[in-house]
Amino acid sequence: MIEFKNVSKTFTAKEGTVHAVKDVNLTIPDGKIYGIVGYSGAGKSTIIRMLNGLEFPTTGSVTINGSEISSLKGKELREQRLKIGMVFQHFNLLWSRTVLENIEFPLEIAKVAKEERRQKAQKLVALVGLEGRENAYPSELSGGQKQRVGIARALANDPEILLSDEATSALDPQTTDEVLDLLIDINKKLNLTVVVITHEMHVIRKICDHVAVLDAGKIVEQGPVLDVFKNPQQAITKRFVNQETSSASLDDTTVVVSELLEKYPNGLIVRLTFHGDQAKLPIVSEMLRQFPDVDLSIIEGNIHQTQEGALGSLYIQLLSEHHDSLQGALEYFNTMRVETEVIKREQ
Amino acid sequence: MNSNGFASYFQFSNVNWANMGQATWETVWMTVVSIIVVTILGILLGLVLFETNGSSSILIKILNWIVAAFVNIFRSIPFIILIVLLLPTTQLIMGTIIGPQAALPSLIISAAPFYARLVEIAFHEIDHGVIEAAEAMGATKWQIILKVLLPESMPALVSGITVTAISLIGYTAMAGAIGAGGLGNLAYLDGFQASNNAVTLMATVIIVLIVFVFQYLGDFAVKRIDKR
Repeated sequence: MIEFKNVSKTFTAKEGTVHAVKDVNLTIPDGKIYGIVGYSGAGKSTIIRMLNGLEFPTTGSVTINGSEISSLKGKELREQRLKIGMVFQHFNLLWSRTVLENIEFPLEIAKVAKEERRQKAQKLVALVGLEGRENAYPSELSGGQKQRVGIARALANDPEILLSDEATSALDPQTTDEVLDLLIDINKKLNLTVVVITHEMHVIRKICDHVAVLDAGKIVEQGPVLDVFKNPQQAITKRFVNQETSSASLDDTTVVVSELLEKYPNGLIVRLTFHGDQAKLPIVSEMLRQFPDVDLSIIEGNIHQTQEGALGSLYIQLLSEHHDSLQGALEYFNTMRVETEVIKREQ
Repeated sequence: MNSNGFASYFQFSNVNWANMGQATWETVWMTVVSIIVVTILGILLGLVLFETNGSSSILIKILNWIVAAFVNIFRSIPFIILIVLLLPTTQLIMGTIIGPQAALPSLIISAAPFYARLVEIAFHEIDHGVIEAAEAMGATKWQIILKVLLPESMPALVSGITVTAISLIGYTAMAGAIGAGGLGNLAYLDGFQASNNAVTLMATVIIVLIVFVFQYLGDFAVKRIDKR
């Protein structure tokens, strides 16, 4: 278990003091994939780098399984670091070494015997799906392949924790998904704790169990990924969630919605959120059958897979002569455990 | 014997080939021995400059300042003056002030600071993320130096030593003029002083060939080790 207790970090720069991290409290359970999302400059990197002592908190403490990493130094810190693997945005491979030699690198640092290093590296090459490329140099690999080497290297010393610092941010969408699948696979197979920092909600949605949203050094919201997606509280969280859940650009939807509100002031525009099995039931057509005087038009909809099942959202317009029917329709959705949000006209 | 016309350059019958061979050997010997020492010394100094750069500790700052001052001063002294300046020191270390051995201290002291700066630049050009990755894996300072800094900057270190070697060949010729032997000495004494232009030309041609060989070897080595 990883615990951040009242962690703050300030940097002194020429322009004055910068509060990179402010009073962060976090508990990351073992064996889970924990995501920290935020825009650049929010303090994500500083937080993840405190986990392997590349940064130290100014106040507060960071503990991993009871040992306080923020107070370790020298040899003790290096020994703790052997148990923590890290994957980087720009891979940070040694260009002078082949794939196999790069994976052996952390084993050399841990002073593992040569024969054992070779065997271990070979196994890891197979685990990340790079068979046949053992003797290639990084310059001969694609971005996705480089990151696979990065992941294999991070796993070489059988770490308890894997840190992923924007590991997919330099990759194209297709490759991103492949690397994310690999991370899920590793988390399940090796049962290790994975801490992911990213600015892409896509990454959180696809692989994380828990998420914390970071804004200007503070954690503004945290919880299970599905809860945060279904019911984002803070404005910044809503922006992140929308970035991922609307297939059309949010701006386009907003334009259409405000035009419809203008044209049909008595109609209701509702955003429905389905999750898990609800996403697979014919709830909308059932509602129409119950309230035959309600007309419906669909504005925009989509569905996504998360670690805890499907998550769908649908923008619809409901029109009726009778106000009661519209209210009834909303209540029906609520009883079917579909969340509703009535979109109001912007003032 | 006409020592003035253009044709005088090509009176090869005047060249004493045994002396020419001896002088070539002396030049190569001075260059190779000083290159070996300069490589070791330059890498050590460069490493000290790199590792002590930007530290907040006052002691390390002083160390950085001393090494940087040493490097900057000896890099600025014109070589011909450095030889004269170092004559007493040379006498003390080598026991003589003439012959190829006597050229070594001034060759090394002038080239090592130059190479040290090239080494420092080569280390600074390594992607900082790679060094940080090694730190995150629990590497010690020495492991980082031996497994990251040196191998990752190897092409720059080799091309730096090539450049240094070529300027060292030039320095050996200058050292020759004040009695260190080698092709510079031969061109000056047997060529210029004896008005024997063919000797001067031959010595020049051989020096140019030596430079070409070093350049070729350096380029070839860089090509082999650079996997970027």
